[in-house]
Amino acid sequence: MEPQFLPAAIAAHAPALLVMIPLILSAPAAMITSGRAAWLLAAIGVGSALVLAVEIFLATRAEGAVLSYAMGGWEPPLGIEFRIDALNAALLLLLGSTGFLAIVFAGPSVADEISRQKRSLFYSAFLICFAGLSGVASTGDAFNLFVFLEISSIATYAIIAMGWSRDRQALTASFNYLVMGTIGATFFVIGVGFIYMSTGTLNMADMGRAIADLGANRAVEVGFAFILVGIGLKAALFPLHQWLPNAYAYAPNFVTTFLATTATKIAFYVIIRFSYDVFSINSGLVTNAMLWVITPLAIAGMLVASTQALFQNNVRRLFAYSSVAQVGYMLLGLGMATSLGLSAGMLHLINHAMMKGALFMALGAFALSYGIRRIADFKGLGQVMPLTSAAFTIGALSLVGVPFTVGFISKFYLIQAALDAGWWWAVAAILVSSVIAVFYVYRILVAIWVSPPDEVRKASAKRVPLAIAIPLAILAGANLVFGVWAEPIVAMARAAADAAILAGVAS
Amino acid sequence: MLEILGDRFTYAVILVLMMVGLYAVIATGNLVKRMVGLSIFQTSVFLLYIATAKITGGAPAIFAYSDLAAGTIPDDAVYANPLPHVLILTAIVVGVATLAMGLALVVRIREVYGTIEDDELSEIDHDDELKKGV
Amino acid sequence: MNPYVVLRVVSKLLIPLIFLFGLYVHFHGEYSPGGGFSAGVVLGVGVILFALIFGMEAARKAVPPYAARFGMALGALLFASVGFASLIMGGEFLNYTVLHPDRTYVGQHIGIIAVELGVLTSVTSVIIAIFYAFAGRERSGDTAED
Repeated sequence: MEPQFLPAAIAAHAPALLVMIPLILSAPAAMITSGRAAWLLAAIGVGSALVLAVEIFLATRAEGAVLSYAMGGWEPPLGIEFRIDALNAALLLLLGSTGFLAIVFAGPSVADEISRQKRSLFYSAFLICFAGLSGVASTGDAFNLFVFLEISSIATYAIIAMGWSRDRQALTASFNYLVMGTIGATFFVIGVGFIYMSTGTLNMADMGRAIADLGANRAVEVGFAFILVGIGLKAALFPLHQWLPNAYAYAPNFVTTFLATTATKIAFYVIIRFSYDVFSINSGLVTNAMLWVITPLAIAGMLVASTQALFQNNVRRLFAYSSVAQVGYMLLGLGMATSLGLSAGMLHLINHAMMKGALFMALGAFALSYGIRRIADFKGLGQVMPLTSAAFTIGALSLVGVPFTVGFISKFYLIQAALDAGWWWAVAAILVSSVIAVFYVYRILVAIWVSPPDEVRKASAKRVPLAIAIPLAILAGANLVFGVWAEPIVAMARAAADAAILAGVAS
Repeated sequence: MLEILGDRFTYAVILVLMMVGLYAVIATGNLVKRMVGLSIFQTSVFLLYIATAKITGGAPAIFAYSDLAAGTIPDDAVYANPLPHVLILTAIVVGVATLAMGLALVVRIREVYGTIEDDELSEIDHDDELKKGV
Repeated sequence: MNPYVVLRVVSKLLIPLIFLFGLYVHFHGEYSPGGGFSAGVVLGVGVILFALIFGMEAARKAVPPYAARFGMALGALLFASVGFASLIMGGEFLNYTVLHPDRTYVGQHIGIIAVELGVLTSVTSVIIAIFYAFAGRERSGDTAED
């Protein structure tokens, strides 16, 4: 690969280093007992991953550029290959940047929520989770993808359960996620097994070629179904989302912020990779799956999960249900099976990370100052914490899709893609779901800005630490800036979609 | 019917195990039993992979040294494809990690809640919510 | 102390053999079935057997819990350092062939033994740590409820 701004010796190994540096730093983080030093290691790990992701992103800008890295010098398709094109590069960049903002936010938030002795282990588990997610986004080998998926998932169960000292429901939430997540991952392995039996290869690009040569084959089709269900569980595809609301509601704030911006997105990427590149989007099987499975479930998710969000009093669970609905928007874009639809889905994926990042980070700031999470407790926050409330409001408006925010941009492109495909009913679903979003966001915003604060609260107003204020301001600012100047994000999403389609044609 | 079953004996066994595991996960309210079911489910998938490793008349990956020396590898020789074994070794490690994580959670749940029955847990969780006024 | 003399005597005889067998599985793993994973489990089980017969206190003295936690990370670091060594010597990550300047197969030997040693350390420590984590818990939940 052409070095962009890093020295050539590092740039050549960027794909491996991106995953390995956080993974390795998790070991010393587990050895030491100082939470502060472990935080520093985590920041170094995520920071270097961000730098490498920028390098990789720049290197894959050219159309059709693919980085291939043979692990251990074993050439693909026999060895494990890290294969990165514009689609993965966009994901890695998103993962690196939101991960870095989240780790800055983690400093004060984790110090508040996790007991002193556990902090270094907590950061160690976070680094493993981060490395696992970047591994899923980089690898070109189907079984290796499963291993990375499980590495990240097991670490995720651990860090979700760490919320138990605040709220013991974190334990049951984490256990339910563990059971569901393991079933999902095992379904994925069954699917990969079926494809491996029929094609004799595990390399995803090679699999794509072999499946195209094979023609219609029942074992391969069954494999696709298993993979779709398995990854659908991880992506919180509508009826498989039961683990998500409680896991997000009771995990430590930092964990929710990180997971809401990355975990389901990575699973969504895997669905794109398998439906476009391993299987052909033009084959009858995938086209039917998109039209009759993905699209109806996406729309059901948008409507039902949004409605469920209306009835939540716990703000974090409310936004967790809203996350399920937003996954529906992304899947709707994918379900259109057109280039426009896929790029609209990718666009919403990136934008959703910005909105939910800002929202959950602001909730973390509220929790840090007052330890609150119910809507009723939010009364008058606008007067005692005006700037944090403003950032929260920007995120919330962006979620609804108010013009001049990124939410509007992604809904605009999604509707455009739906009209292009002639799907009037999909446009109607998007609008109805947005109207429901207005209602649930309205409840919170009224509590924050209109209701008067308690007398006690006025006295105990605490300053938000800079380590929270700065990443929060960056995310809220990004919601506005990219809402007006949408070019770079739209171009990134389009390049990612084109790369997925191109890789499908090539194989 | 019997012939079909005879041909696909391993797959039939794997299918039965898989369903036993999944049923145990869904039907039981005891969290430890649920982990047992999950383990059975995972193990059935390990067997599925291992079953594919036996290839009659396939291209050899590991084979008898005497056959190689004589240059005679019979067409119907049974070979072992080492790749599925390696994959499953990795998957077993993942399975052990999941099991350990799950049991650790169960132990902690038992300590904090005083029960590991699912219905009692949801009742306690529900009461907790009501107490907090949610 | 466990009153069963037979168990104590037999396990005293067996435990060294188990360790020896673990090391055999490890170092012979290059040529025959075995290697770090299986050897690590065998070694870990040796420690667990010791703990079952002679009690947790004795086991904690023999293998302190912090050593298990340290070993987990140390094994991972050992594995990773082989990867980085191969990077520095000009190959891909974990490309063992570059570890020896002229003879690639010697490099392969060095690489696989070092990596497996890391796996052995990690797996042994993890098995022991999991056992300690479960066996060492006080039964406080029982008294609180009953």
